[in-house]
Amino acid sequence: MSVIRVLSGRAWVWSFLGMFLVWLVTAVYTGGKGSADVITAALSFATFTVIVGIGQMFVITTGPGNVDLSIPSTIALSGAVAMKLMGSSNDMLAIGLAASLGCGLAVGIFNYLLIRVLRIPPIIATLSSSFLILSTAIAYGRGLKIKPPPMLAEFTTAQVGGVPILAIVIILFAILMSVVLNRTVYGRSVLAIGQNMRAAWLAGINVERIRFMTYVLSALLAAICGFLLSGFSGGASLNMGQEYLLASIAVVVIGGTSVAGGKANVPGIWGAAMFMFLLVTMLNTLGASAGIRLIMTGLIIVAVITIAGGDEPQR
Amino acid sequence: MTASDTNIVTLENVAKHFGAVRALDGVDLKVDAGECLGLVGHNGAGKSTLMHVLAGTLSPGAGSMGIRGHDLTGSYNVTAAGENGIRCVFQELSLCPNLTVAENARIFHPSLTGWGWKRRAGAMIRDKLDEIFPGHGIHADDVVGDLSIGKRQMVEIARAFTTTDTPLHLVILDEPTSSLDAHTSKQLLDFVRKAVGEGQSCILISHVLGEILTYSDRIVVMKDGLVVASRAGSDFTRDTLVAAMGNVVEMEEIKEREARDVNRDHAPLVIEARSDTGQDSVPFVAHKGEIVGLAGLASHGQTAMLLKIYDAAMRGRNTATVSGPVALVAGDRQTDGVFHLWSIARNIGVRSLRNMVRNGLIDPAAEAEMGREWQERIKIKAPDMNDNILSLSGGNQQKALFARALASDAEIILMDDPMRGVDVGTKLEVYDLIRAEAQKGRTFLWYTTEMDELYNCDHTYVFRDGAIVADLSRGDLSEEKVLQSSFKASA
Amino acid sequence: MRAYLTSPRFLRAALPAASFAILLAAIFYVQPRAMSYFGMNLMLQYTVPIALATIAQMFIITVNDLDLSIGPFVGLTACIGATLLADTPVLGLLALLACIAAYAALGALIHWRNLPSLVVTLGMSFVWLGIAVLILPTPGGTAPGWVKAIVGLKTPLVPFPIIAAIVIGIVVHVALMTSSYGAVLRGAGGNPRAIGRAGWSLLKIKMVMYAAAGFFGVLSGLSLIGLTSAADAHIADRYTLYAIAGVILGGGEFVGGRVSPIGAVIGAMTLTLTGSFLTFLKISPDWQIGAQGGILIIVLALRALINRREG
Repeated sequence: MSVIRVLSGRAWVWSFLGMFLVWLVTAVYTGGKGSADVITAALSFATFTVIVGIGQMFVITTGPGNVDLSIPSTIALSGAVAMKLMGSSNDMLAIGLAASLGCGLAVGIFNYLLIRVLRIPPIIATLSSSFLILSTAIAYGRGLKIKPPPMLAEFTTAQVGGVPILAIVIILFAILMSVVLNRTVYGRSVLAIGQNMRAAWLAGINVERIRFMTYVLSALLAAICGFLLSGFSGGASLNMGQEYLLASIAVVVIGGTSVAGGKANVPGIWGAAMFMFLLVTMLNTLGASAGIRLIMTGLIIVAVITIAGGDEPQR
Repeated sequence: MTASDTNIVTLENVAKHFGAVRALDGVDLKVDAGECLGLVGHNGAGKSTLMHVLAGTLSPGAGSMGIRGHDLTGSYNVTAAGENGIRCVFQELSLCPNLTVAENARIFHPSLTGWGWKRRAGAMIRDKLDEIFPGHGIHADDVVGDLSIGKRQMVEIARAFTTTDTPLHLVILDEPTSSLDAHTSKQLLDFVRKAVGEGQSCILISHVLGEILTYSDRIVVMKDGLVVASRAGSDFTRDTLVAAMGNVVEMEEIKEREARDVNRDHAPLVIEARSDTGQDSVPFVAHKGEIVGLAGLASHGQTAMLLKIYDAAMRGRNTATVSGPVALVAGDRQTDGVFHLWSIARNIGVRSLRNMVRNGLIDPAAEAEMGREWQERIKIKAPDMNDNILSLSGGNQQKALFARALASDAEIILMDDPMRGVDVGTKLEVYDLIRAEAQKGRTFLWYTTEMDELYNCDHTYVFRDGAIVADLSRGDLSEEKVLQSSFKASA
Repeated sequence: MRAYLTSPRFLRAALPAASFAILLAAIFYVQPRAMSYFGMNLMLQYTVPIALATIAQMFIITVNDLDLSIGPFVGLTACIGATLLADTPVLGLLALLACIAAYAALGALIHWRNLPSLVVTLGMSFVWLGIAVLILPTPGGTAPGWVKAIVGLKTPLVPFPIIAAIVIGIVVHVALMTSSYGAVLRGAGGNPRAIGRAGWSLLKIKMVMYAAAGFFGVLSGLSLIGLTSAADAHIADRYTLYAIAGVILGGGEFVGGRVSPIGAVIGAMTLTLTGSFLTFLKISPDWQIGAQGGILIIVLALRALINRREG
């Protein structure tokens, strides 16, 4: 009984348990054939979800109503801008990365201005800015078929003993962000604001500066994701960010972060991203059609929030 | 004549406790048909709780309730209140701001449906408004959110007096004139007399003693969750009423303390501010090392003054002069103070995060050390400072919030009525701590609704309607003077 | 009178219609030929499904929730319409009724467990899409004849989409803004505690609003296949964003139960027109959604300005 209580107190453990379970089922079904490759693939693809998931997590943790809907369009814009600037040349790599980060910074600042100056609810603010960003990306990257610089392509697809290099980098990054969340003034402030924005302000936290930094962080991570993703998939495409809107929110929720704010978990995002990918793989292996895979994904999100959501004190 | 014809409400020995707080501690109350009952008492005397019990929104923990001759103990609720024609006008408005006046009237009356309901609802509320507040200038299709606060209150009051299928017996009005001007207040009170003359009953809660004295048949005085006086209105004068409300049991220990030796002329000025009303009799000033009290009835601008000072200090605005870092001790723990997901130690440390950073990271050892140190100094009763803050009793939670402010680098501590619902032992401990810290040069601004606490202060500003109306030094302070300044002589 | 015309309340109410009128005037200025039966019909034909989806979203927003799944849900009903409803009408009808019931159940679940609607509807968007893919794995199917006939109606003088939009606006206005239960429904968005205190069931209110959203989602899907003839699971993915934008453009507010059905329909028409406007200006369609986002921001900025004057 006490084991269950401890586990339910640490919701992120479930995402790892789930991950392990679906992997096991897949491995048993295939008789262990290719089960290592499955892990490699899962690591590769989950990496990108984790990058944007971490940004989304910080945004969601600042409290109810905070969510960044502009992540997909930022991915598209950053990818398009970087690819076009670099023109498949290794020499331009640094400039391309800088341009990507510049896009992210601009998006983050713009989102925050809409929220702060026009007092638009964050959901609507990031939604309307995503329209503008996506259009810019479409117009800028029209007919874009530029290959990424070879170095970038290599870096994003390289493996060491079946483990993608990029995944290792992002695991290290996740550890770093976990430290930022729990051990820095910024992270503590985010957690405080998410529990009670008014109390945080009255406890001496500069609420507006923290929210600004959070929206900029989310946009920057989306931009980095766009940059790496276009290297990984051999060029930028305009709809490459699409799936990350739902995925970024889903991994945050499944990873044990509270939608009511104030409680966040970075490792859970890795677990959830792996779980989501492996779940689809498992259903694939079992011969489930695309429709069933989608339905299962959706039902799991609803089930997780129904079980986890009711216990949280919602305000 | 049966009992149900003459008697509307009979409460016997009704009690309601919130944790250690005895909001109602065995109250007897009778309301007869055709009676206007005035209910007075200082903040926290239990008036609001009593009213919620009568409205059916709170069920009492003990005692019996008789409504119109029927014993409804244990089965009384909002629906039963409605069926028995008992209505309540709460201080926090219960109108939907996005709906029109007529639509808000409809919400109250489930039977108002079918063709032409909007016209009927509109006519009903308009007629009642005309009857109570002639010349009110409110249209039935005005959206409530667009109305001034005074007009909203008029709508709310008029709605309570409208009837469709059940007859009205008792209307409870909680501070009904707080947002009304003198003219409309008189209209309302005259209407109340008229309604009472027609056999309806009314409970009137007001801090304007003149209203109570002039319009009540009987006056009930509450104090500390008890009814301490219940006599005919004509038996009271303003002075005897104030005396009946005052505290009998004084915390002699505090009162007898000598005024501290703080010389205003020598200590530097650290705060100078004015309220937004522009009607202050004196500006609000505080000198280094002073304990300054903010007194008066609840929510008459004291918290607004503290927040103004806080805001000016945090954002570097010049709306008030503040020299030195500030920290605030919240009074409403749940909405303004406690981080409910965090441990006690984290809740204490949150104001001092910057000082606990070593090599760019918060040092857990420093945080734990701060928790331990303050557990010791302020005597927080907890087995482990890593336990969740909500595992503490209210008084200990409040101590943690004090520790948060006192552990910080703040030179000025703002206190927003932090001792509400805290036991006497804790209070005395904290008082000593405050005086010791003030001696070391910290400045305290202390809003309190408890008279005794003001005896800790070197200076007390009394607030009424958002403005400062009196400035009392420690030597001049008396309960009488504070009450005299807090209550308007008449509307 | 002048005071009324410059009052924040009037300005707020007039903003959606004014933005629509300005956009329409600009189109007629750039392309006078658009000012014809045929031109209007062409420009506004997709108004009907978008307006219906917007109305669906509006019901959810009225009770302070948000539906991120309305697009895929419209896609699902379109797929049911183009397959089951066309082949076996009774089965199709039952399937559509089940969709509405599912929406009501979602409302109940969200109220019962006090869940964030954002995440629940996010999950459901996968579910709707999955079911749609099961029903119609590849784009295809055919819309029932009667659906096509209704949507393709050639009305005299005024094109059908405009008449349909007006009818939708008025019907919902009557139901939500003038009926006696409608007042209670909107009140639940404005001050739920007061509504509960007055003895109304908030659970029932949530279920009614979600069911209404489901109903209008079904209508949106059917009208959409009436225009396109065939369906596709992804046919309406963009509608989620359109519907939110339409409600906000139409003067609805995110919280507090302040919504306007007629405004929402006008908002949907404004969004539809934006695309045509850019075409007439010979601006690449790349900028279509950008322009929609821009209009959304401008209207919200104007509203913030009006509100600030009031505050």
